[in-house]
Amino acid sequence: MDKQRRKFLKIAGVSALAGIGAPAIIKLTSSNAVASSGGQEAAAGHAAPAAAGHGVAAVEAPQGVRLGMVIDMRKMAEQPGQLDSAIAACINAHNIPEFPDSKNEIKWLWKAPFQNVFLDHSSYHSSTRVANTPFPALCNHCDDPPCVRACPTKATFKLAKNGVVAMDFHRCIGCRFCMAACPYGARSFNWQDPRPYIKKYNADFPSRMKGVVEKCNFCGERLALGQEPACVEACKATGAITFGDLNDPQSEVRQVLDNEFTIQRKTNLGTKPSVFYIV
Amino acid sequence: MIEKTLKGKPAYWIWLAFLGMFMAIGAACYIRQYNFGLGMTGMSRDVSWGLYISQFTFLVGVAAGGVMLVLPYYIHNYKEFGRITILGEFLAIAAIVMCMLFIMADLGQPMRALNVILHPTPNSMLFYDMCVLCGYLFLNILCGWVILTAERKQVHPPKWIYFFVYLSIPFAVSIHTVTAMLYCGLPGRHFWLSAIIAPRFLASAFAAGPALIVLACIILKRVAGFDAGKKAMNKLVTIIIYAALLNMFFVGLEFFVGYYSNIPGHKFALEYLFFGIEHHGHVYNNLVPFMWAFVILAFGAIGLLASPLAKKEDNDFFLGLGCAMLFVAFWLDKGIGFVLGGFVPNPLHEIVEYVPTANELAITAGVWATGFFVLTLLYKIAIGVEHEIE
Repeated sequence: MDKQRRKFLKIAGVSALAGIGAPAIIKLTSSNAVASSGGQEAAAGHAAPAAAGHGVAAVEAPQGVRLGMVIDMRKMAEQPGQLDSAIAACINAHNIPEFPDSKNEIKWLWKAPFQNVFLDHSSYHSSTRVANTPFPALCNHCDDPPCVRACPTKATFKLAKNGVVAMDFHRCIGCRFCMAACPYGARSFNWQDPRPYIKKYNADFPSRMKGVVEKCNFCGERLALGQEPACVEACKATGAITFGDLNDPQSEVRQVLDNEFTIQRKTNLGTKPSVFYIV
Repeated sequence: MIEKTLKGKPAYWIWLAFLGMFMAIGAACYIRQYNFGLGMTGMSRDVSWGLYISQFTFLVGVAAGGVMLVLPYYIHNYKEFGRITILGEFLAIAAIVMCMLFIMADLGQPMRALNVILHPTPNSMLFYDMCVLCGYLFLNILCGWVILTAERKQVHPPKWIYFFVYLSIPFAVSIHTVTAMLYCGLPGRHFWLSAIIAPRFLASAFAAGPALIVLACIILKRVAGFDAGKKAMNKLVTIIIYAALLNMFFVGLEFFVGYYSNIPGHKFALEYLFFGIEHHGHVYNNLVPFMWAFVILAFGAIGLLASPLAKKEDNDFFLGLGCAMLFVAFWLDKGIGFVLGGFVPNPLHEIVEYVPTANELAITAGVWATGFFVLTLLYKIAIGVEHEIE
């Protein structure tokens, strides 16, 4: 009797383990998850000449669509209220809750001083305009995003079609590894149910539940309809934000990049940000 | 063998009831947190990991520390550890149970935890952490149980188990290495971005884990009549002292790199942790007392353990005190300072301090109580078998 029970327990234990482990093993072996997460990238990286410092020679993705933006701070300073309206447009478009306290804050696009946004650029004796203009901060939709590398469930991923770093709110387990990994502080967590704090509900975009991470999605839902991101549209009057394909030599954003000196945030980390600033 | 947990002196039941009380409070508080969300904790957008993840990190070390008994006994045939190796294996089980509970408590969507298996992501260190933690848990349950069963029947353990015993040694190293890699592979977090994190974790683990085992042996000697033997204790103390010194050496190296290179990113977190930071007219220093307590307790404990006081035949008070001080010291270092310090400053160079809430503390205490509950049951079984064969 006792022996039979032992045997049963053994078989049950082994099958339970197999049942839990099997899907993982099948997935790992069927999809080339390891190879696809940067095989090409790595090859390109090795070919690049080694430069001094921490991986300054990071090579950008040479082909395919890669969406990015250039933020012209000179034009931003022309109309100081413009950034606020861009932030408001972002909040409206994405049902971003507005919490009264900073502890629960959800930020996709927000304002911060130059010295906080550009930590590795000196702000010693910076010009009055730079010192007094708040800079917009947002997700950089990195070409090599550390958050995607860290996510244990592929709930955040880079879209192959346009390089946008997107989120699956229904897959996110809320471990917040991506928040620790992001060097730009671009990710927010829903510490509680955000819905009561959404001021004006937009039925065209889902609201989130408690316990998941969210961030700027470059307005993927608007791009699908052929529209520009909400912040770009809000700054249309001055054209302070230019948006487009960084890999297309004819795109408007490339024209700006070809003609102006631009900077990016924390380039020495090798993340290859897709957001450029004209200071 | 499980039946051994069902018979005990009143003190045994009172101890279990005492732990059970904390477990019940913790469970009730967890239900509150589950319903409301992690906003019930002190964590914020800027300090996005708190007490749960820092306890997890520390306890992975406690689990890995058990290998300091397994290795000398099975690889170097150090016979004195024969009686206590099982204590190391069972401690590892209890510690990993706590680790897993802390991870679950920390998840924003715990019901989706299996997504880690359903959507395996080999580029995430968390995926590997799950693999090695589950593997190490399984190995310790298997090895502990098979060897204890053989001991009870007074026969040699089956040959095949030695494969798993030897396998458990690299696994012990791997659990803490992979846990270190959760932190040290993140760009932009300068305090964590250091190749010495994994060795430092291992050093503090190999001190804190065995220190807890020495404490357990002292307690078991008093309450359960289980004598591990003075020779084994002294050997453990030697291991603890060397590992503790290594950890302090590694901490010192972090200071050298930060302060001599004078790179702000490398010294900012150290300055915040040990001296406090003044930022925009506000002084941030709520971890300073913890960090100095760590330094004082650690050196005090090393001194005490190295002194003849700890080697006395008739009195193990100083031995116990030294081990308790060391355990607390390394808990302050890794279970408080390391994780929380890494979030200061945030990626935009702002400082936000973290203070856990009462609800969060109750859940944390509940998980620790659960771990000690499991540990008590397992040790009861181990000691019961020891007494049975005597």
